Amino acid sequence: MMTRISRRRFLQYSGAGVGALVLGDRLAGMLAAQEPTVAVGAVYPLTGALARIGAAIRNGIELAAEIVNTPHPDLTLPLAAASGLPRLGNRKIRLIWGDSRGDPATGRAEAERLIERERVVALIGSYQSAVTATASLAAEAKGIPFLNPESSSPRLTERGFKWFFRTGPHDTTFTKLFFDLMEDLKRRGHRITRVAVLAEDTEFGATAAGVAEGFARVYRYDLVGKELYTSPPASLTAEFLRLRAQNPDVIIGANYLVDAIQIVRTLKEMRWFPQGFMVHAGFTTVPDFLQAAGRDGWYFLARAPWALGIGRRKPLVARVNDLYRRKYGSDMDEVVARAFTGMLCLADAINRAGGTAPAAIQKALQETSIPGAQLIMPWEGIEFDGRGQNKHAAGLMVQILDGDYKVVWPFEIAEAPIVWPAPPWDRR
Amino acid sequence: MDLFFHAAVNGVVLGLVYALVALGLSFIWGVMDVVNLAHAEYLMLALYATYWLWALGRVDPALAVPVVVPLFFLLGWLTYRLLVRHLLRAPLATQIFATFGLLFFLRYSAFAAFGPNVRGALEVAAPASLSLLGVPIAAPKLVAAVVSLAAFGALALFLRRTKTGRALQAVAQNRDVALALGIPADRMYALAWGIGIASVALAGVLLFPFYQVSPTIGDAFLLIAFASVVLGGFGRVDGALVGGICIGLVENVLGTLLLPTFKLLFVFAVFVLILLVRPEGLVGEPQ
Repeated sequence: MMTRISRRRFLQYSGAGVGALVLGDRLAGMLAAQEPTVAVGAVYPLTGALARIGAAIRNGIELAAEIVNTPHPDLTLPLAAASGLPRLGNRKIRLIWGDSRGDPATGRAEAERLIERERVVALIGSYQSAVTATASLAAEAKGIPFLNPESSSPRLTERGFKWFFRTGPHDTTFTKLFFDLMEDLKRRGHRITRVAVLAEDTEFGATAAGVAEGFARVYRYDLVGKELYTSPPASLTAEFLRLRAQNPDVIIGANYLVDAIQIVRTLKEMRWFPQGFMVHAGFTTVPDFLQAAGRDGWYFLARAPWALGIGRRKPLVARVNDLYRRKYGSDMDEVVARAFTGMLCLADAINRAGGTAPAAIQKALQETSIPGAQLIMPWEGIEFDGRGQNKHAAGLMVQILDGDYKVVWPFEIAEAPIVWPAPPWDRR
Repeated sequence: MDLFFHAAVNGVVLGLVYALVALGLSFIWGVMDVVNLAHAEYLMLALYATYWLWALGRVDPALAVPVVVPLFFLLGWLTYRLLVRHLLRAPLATQIFATFGLLFFLRYSAFAAFGPNVRGALEVAAPASLSLLGVPIAAPKLVAAVVSLAAFGALALFLRRTKTGRALQAVAQNRDVALALGIPADRMYALAWGIGIASVALAGVLLFPFYQVSPTIGDAFLLIAFASVVLGGFGRVDGALVGGICIGLVENVLGTLLLPTFKLLFVFAVFVLILLVRPEGLVGEPQ
């Protein structure tokens, strides 16, 4: 038999229930506020297709929080020496995780949950550019600082957001690396004036080609050729006959791995190689390339956001990686390094804010100035421009030497000297 | 002028390579009017066969020919017995869909078996360039070009001078009359598939040192092979030779001198133009 509940009784019950919920929430919030911790929310893909990367990022961020929370006097990282945040009475960072499941809508909902229910003072996230875009929208609407360490879409910092900060480089910065390297090489006495682009003709290649063209103009290089082809090509003979005739000093490539072997073979067939061949991550950083191209694949240069190899010249990197490996059983990779650095930057800002008011943290972020020596990244430091983009975010260049990827630029942190110009085929 | 010459020599060599790839397609089409859309997938499989022979058995690609080519003759024969034979009386659309299905079956079987990784030969990776009229050409390409010419010659001789060759021609001209004369048409068709697939496998083995091996490599050659056959002329084996060279020349000469980005556009613009003027193809006979 069913109990019939009168409307009045129903309203009484549900009113009491809602009241209790609200009160409980308030109480929880008040209790949390009284604990000697600072809640920071992190939104990442912890389940789903990207769960593996999400788990690695989580390790990196947790290690960063641990270094802040416990004394590590041997590390020259921000906030490593003391316990907790000194300017907030040594309060500790408490991470609260939100699972985006790799989905932009879920990412935004999780960001809102962390802000409203968990009362986080700032957010960090969210790996994929698409999720970062939506999750940071929630933070912007609520006036909570959002720090993004690792999304690479240039658009993210072009939205005019006031609460959004990105420590890592974006896709345009990566192309800039090629030109900065060329400038450095010119300072060493190399003559580089002519640049050509060889790219596949869809979104990836065509966009990269356009960006390279723009930089060539800004840096005053002579763009002598821009060749696009359909991948996979049956032949690249026409492209390289023309490129060889245009005689560029440097070729910038945006190519897929399936095109790489023909690029190498055709260059060798024509017994020609420019001073330098620099490529976007498309092919040269994939181990398959080393296997497939063999010795002929040597001397190509590629961009990378970070590499463990810089630890040879920057002992801090090796020391942090040791900590990481002891804790998680594997080496850091470039995504982990970027997430780790982003978390330290955020903690540094909260500390300088001297409190947990969002506006104070926002102001502290804007005034961030962390020198490169205190970072595990190959950057000159962290300082944000008016759009919230770290002005010094950069990457490094690796060259395939002796069958391995070696960091060759920036020169100060190189693990091997760059081979420039690449030797001609008959002297390899 | 120098650039033009380099482009032209490269164009002819590449054209001969394209022709060798297209030979089997043209032959099967000529003998039995079946369009094999999966043709380039056999090239892909032959590349894998050569790769695995090299990677697991350390068999030099040059020595892989006597292993891979007969194997693919068998594979062609089997394809006919198991699939194509049942389509002979079917409408054209059915044949097209069936070989289209075969394309996907072979490609995704390769994905399943070998993964999406791109492979190539590490130590055979050093094919030296030979000089042809002062133009450096990679040795494997030059060998493939010479073999291509020889293959077309051998096939022409086989068709004209041998009993089996004449029987093949008879079946191609009129299946029913050939049957009435006691020619086993079914076996001739199987033979045509064997020869057609074996020849594309030959191309695969020869190209292996120059090309990457991946499940989607067929894409690079499928359109070009079809264009070669159509451009040269329907139903004539030497049509693929003329068509292949024509495409190689247009791609390289116009591509190099004008704009490489549009080289395939040039190829297909010339393709459309020629077919407008000569619908039967360059060497084909008006129907």
